Amino acid sequence: MTDEDIKKIIFTELTTLAPEADPAALVPTANVRETLDIDSYDFLQFLIALDKKLGVEVPEKDYANFTTLDGMVRYLAERTP
Amino acid sequence: MGEFRMPSLGADMEAAVLSEWRVKPGDAVKRGDIIAELTADKGNIEVEVFEDGVVEKLVAEPGSKLPVGALLAVIRAAGQSAPPPAAPAAPPAPPPQPQPMPPSVAPSAPVPPPVAPPAPPPQPQPAPAEAHRVHASPLARKVAAELGIDLAIVAGTGPGGAIERADVERAAAQGAAQAPPAAPAPEPAPAPAQAAAVSGMRRALASAMARSNREIPHYYLQTRIDMCVALRWLKAANAARPIQQRLLPAVLLLKAVARALQETPDLNGYWHDDQLERRDAIHIGFTIASRQAGLITPAIHDVPGKSLDEIMAALHDLIPRTRAGRLRSSELSDGTITVTDLGDLGGDAFFGVIYPPQVALVGFGRITEQAWAHDGMLSVRPVLTATLAADHRATDGRTGGQFLGALNRLLQKPEAL
Repeated sequence: MTDEDIKKIIFTELTTLAPEADPAALVPTANVRETLDIDSYDFLQFLIALDKKLGVEVPEKDYANFTTLDGMVRYLAERTP
Repeated sequence: MGEFRMPSLGADMEAAVLSEWRVKPGDAVKRGDIIAELTADKGNIEVEVFEDGVVEKLVAEPGSKLPVGALLAVIRAAGQSAPPPAAPAAPPAPPPQPQPMPPSVAPSAPVPPPVAPPAPPPQPQPAPAEAHRVHASPLARKVAAELGIDLAIVAGTGPGGAIERADVERAAAQGAAQAPPAAPAPEPAPAPAQAAAVSGMRRALASAMARSNREIPHYYLQTRIDMCVALRWLKAANAARPIQQRLLPAVLLLKAVARALQETPDLNGYWHDDQLERRDAIHIGFTIASRQAGLITPAIHDVPGKSLDEIMAALHDLIPRTRAGRLRSSELSDGTITVTDLGDLGGDAFFGVIYPPQVALVGFGRITEQAWAHDGMLSVRPVLTATLAADHRATDGRTGGQFLGALNRLLQKPEAL
């Protein structure tokens, strides 16, 4: 799976949580949750959705990797075929 | 015969549009059945019926915008016989004699000695005929007359749905005085413009919060809580769970609040008719941000009796429905206290405004690493600032301090929650 494929899945799930937002406009190094106003409940739903789509279950100790878009893509790319 | 009226689903609701009926005349209904759907600033709300019976008549037309307290339907109570069809117009029933209201004081509160008032002479009521049929306390009638409020459009929250003074004052604050006196003409449903809905929600919230700030003498207490043990326990618990079953810190906070309220029950209830009305059940109104409709505080029912997993399941049920505008009327009206958790994106502390007629609100800020002195040593700990906003008419700082102390103690033993 390419980085672009992963990014597309991330954008789809973020748009589900924040329909008014445009994830494609995200600065890759910006704090995604702060930018899109995603609270802890929605963040958990986001991770559950990624687990369903990509088969990657993110442990809590790795949450720091999900601060930025770049970090998410990098983390998921290392764990998807 | 029960009159089913537009419910008051919170201090910030003035009116709603009847979207649809889920029942028709002749249908048998049970307490808790959803019989109608409303569209309010808070979204779509499924309205439950509060008594068993048979739908006698649907009065309100779908699409009508109606104020709180407007007659929606007539429900014949279970066991009552149906009235004869096409009954001829009967003279209006005489007004009922004022019934002494049962005292709505807390069980342990001092009960004033009974005073035998002189039997008031029957007086003609200046209110319109519709008001004669409503069940209201004498004080509520007096205040309604003073404020020019039509009791027919006031939703009662007292025993048996009786209208009490606080209900009248709430209606007055919500602008009920400007509402038509009876049988208000249905208005067409507003266009579902998102901007208008948001504006309406903000306006309703602003009105309720301004009234709360004006009328409730708030006092505030704050404490810092070391969350080291609680977060460590939560981390270990979540590490052993699949991601779908993970718990959020809010679950621990909600359970700890409920348990602390059991130790300080004067903070759980309503202020009605100049008295604290304690509630045995602890239904926590949990503040949820809805992207479309501002903040909403639906109730999680009977929190002390729920396990942490059950509270998390309640959040999984409630949060998506709140954001989708699919709440039930009981969820909007049953809260006995409010909890606002700013979570990890909010500020460090939250000083809230009480949601009337409740008497307390608990606020949690963001958990941050802070310097913490313990046993003469300084270290860095995850610290949560908890605040209590409470109604000084109902409690004082001693009770508030006991509550925050209990909250802190309970969060140091998360395994026991």
